Amino acid sequence: MKENLNCNICGINFKNPIITASGTFGFGREYSNFFDLNFLGGISVKGLTLNPRDGNMPPRICETPMGILNSVGLQNPGVDEFIKTEIPFLRRYSTNIIVNVSGNSIEDYCRIVEKISNSDIDIIEMNISCPNIKAGGMAFGTSESMVYEVVSNAKKYSKKPLFVKLSPNVTDISLIAKAAENAGADGFSLINTLLGMRININNRNPMLANIIGGLSGPAIFPIAIKMIYQIRQISKLPIIGMGGISSWQDAIEMMIAGANIIAVGTALFADPYVPIKILNGMKTYMKNNNIININDIVNTCVINND
Amino acid sequence: MPKNVFCKIISNLKIAENIYSMNLVGNFENIKILPGQFIHIKCINLLRRPISICNVISENCINIVFEIRGEGTRWLAERKVEDSLDIIIPLGNGFNLNMSGKNPLFIGGGIGVPPLLFCTKQINGNAILGFNNIKKVILENEFNNYTKNKVIVMTNDGSYGIKGLVTDTLEKSIKNYTSIYACGPKLMLKEIAKLAFKNNIFCQISLEEHMGCGIGACLVCACKVKTNNSYIYKHVCRDGPVFDAKEIFEF
Repeated sequence: MKENLNCNICGINFKNPIITASGTFGFGREYSNFFDLNFLGGISVKGLTLNPRDGNMPPRICETPMGILNSVGLQNPGVDEFIKTEIPFLRRYSTNIIVNVSGNSIEDYCRIVEKISNSDIDIIEMNISCPNIKAGGMAFGTSESMVYEVVSNAKKYSKKPLFVKLSPNVTDISLIAKAAENAGADGFSLINTLLGMRININNRNPMLANIIGGLSGPAIFPIAIKMIYQIRQISKLPIIGMGGISSWQDAIEMMIAGANIIAVGTALFADPYVPIKILNGMKTYMKNNNIININDIVNTCVINND
Repeated sequence: MPKNVFCKIISNLKIAENIYSMNLVGNFENIKILPGQFIHIKCINLLRRPISICNVISENCINIVFEIRGEGTRWLAERKVEDSLDIIIPLGNGFNLNMSGKNPLFIGGGIGVPPLLFCTKQINGNAILGFNNIKKVILENEFNNYTKNKVIVMTNDGSYGIKGLVTDTLEKSIKNYTSIYACGPKLMLKEIAKLAFKNNIFCQISLEEHMGCGIGACLVCACKVKTNNSYIYKHVCRDGPVFDAKEIFEF
């Protein structure tokens, strides 16, 4: 019996539920030296903006217990350059292209969603939760009314499934998710990084030039599980789950919590082959547990009340 | 193209205060290593540690020299012979030795000295090696073995070799050279670049920065690089670590 890893998300077929997370995988070129990108269910590309962005001053990274803080600041070549040079490269592979987009205003989001909708991509991941840019970004993702406003407007310009990437830096993520769903979101992507800061005790300088940054890696995994579980209780929309996955066990756990597909990010820095290892481990888990269809494990957390 | 290789440690020696020299054996077939390139080593931490390649001993053996700076490099220093190591090799761009002219000069400062050793194996040139004090002096004999040219060792406090900064010696002798290849603290590189510009000498420098992926995907190891009228951020792992000094410094 062959394990079925196919997932259907908003009418788009994923050959398996493993994608790479935005910001950790560039546009796929660098990691294509290590493994065949055809192995991936999809690739979420480095966050794009309408115009090219230089990004923040270095240092942009510091290591923390079981995690990293980053403040890249959305350095990217702009959406037009992406469409011209990166889509043709990615389309050489049979893997879905998930395009992560950010803006400084509602107008920005509408324009970039419109532009990218008219290109050959599969899903738009609307980033309303970037902690590393001054204007916009996370500001849109932390208030219900702003989320409703920006998503409902962007939705008018979207011809592709529109996923909203949610910030964990909120009091109640399910309220934000509900606002996005009411505004017409086709799915959720979560979690983005958690805000954090470190200080060098010798010179007392912040370890990041931007002072604060976004925490990722295994340190945030339990938070991601909790938030995905929370949203799964109140919504039937598809969820791309991410946050600290570094093994196939983590991937399975996140799907049990309610994610339909999962993204691996920071773990790639330690091991470029981690998506392949997750894929193999997932198959073995299915075999050992008589699971024929991977979708059967989604949202199957068992709560014993006795 | 970089490869993920599991290699075996065949020697690990303390060669100066907190500084270790390690030989690694692995399947480096079809891997062309250039002077100035680095490897990314999986230590105990989440992130790998970028360490420059000091020497290529044979087809399947490389040498690295590193200093204990934190828990990752401390873990590395504690590895024993026969232990295995997960590395990505080779990364970054090496020095462009074709631009050396007749009389290249290699200048290393502290733990910036190692990547220059491999250069002197490829082309002959004088070297100025600067260290804080006698406890930190490394690779003097190795440089002398590879080059028939002059190897000048200096220390800041005069506890070994000539007392002073590498730029003190450089200033007096710079007119003899056709190119400079340097690696070390950024302040030292800046002073070297200043002298090179003044004398219109080709100068390449190797930079370091905290890294994430090491292969150009995550964009964290940014450094400001000059373009016509402004700056852009390039990345030390992919665009460097070797840069033309003119790209980095302006006077």
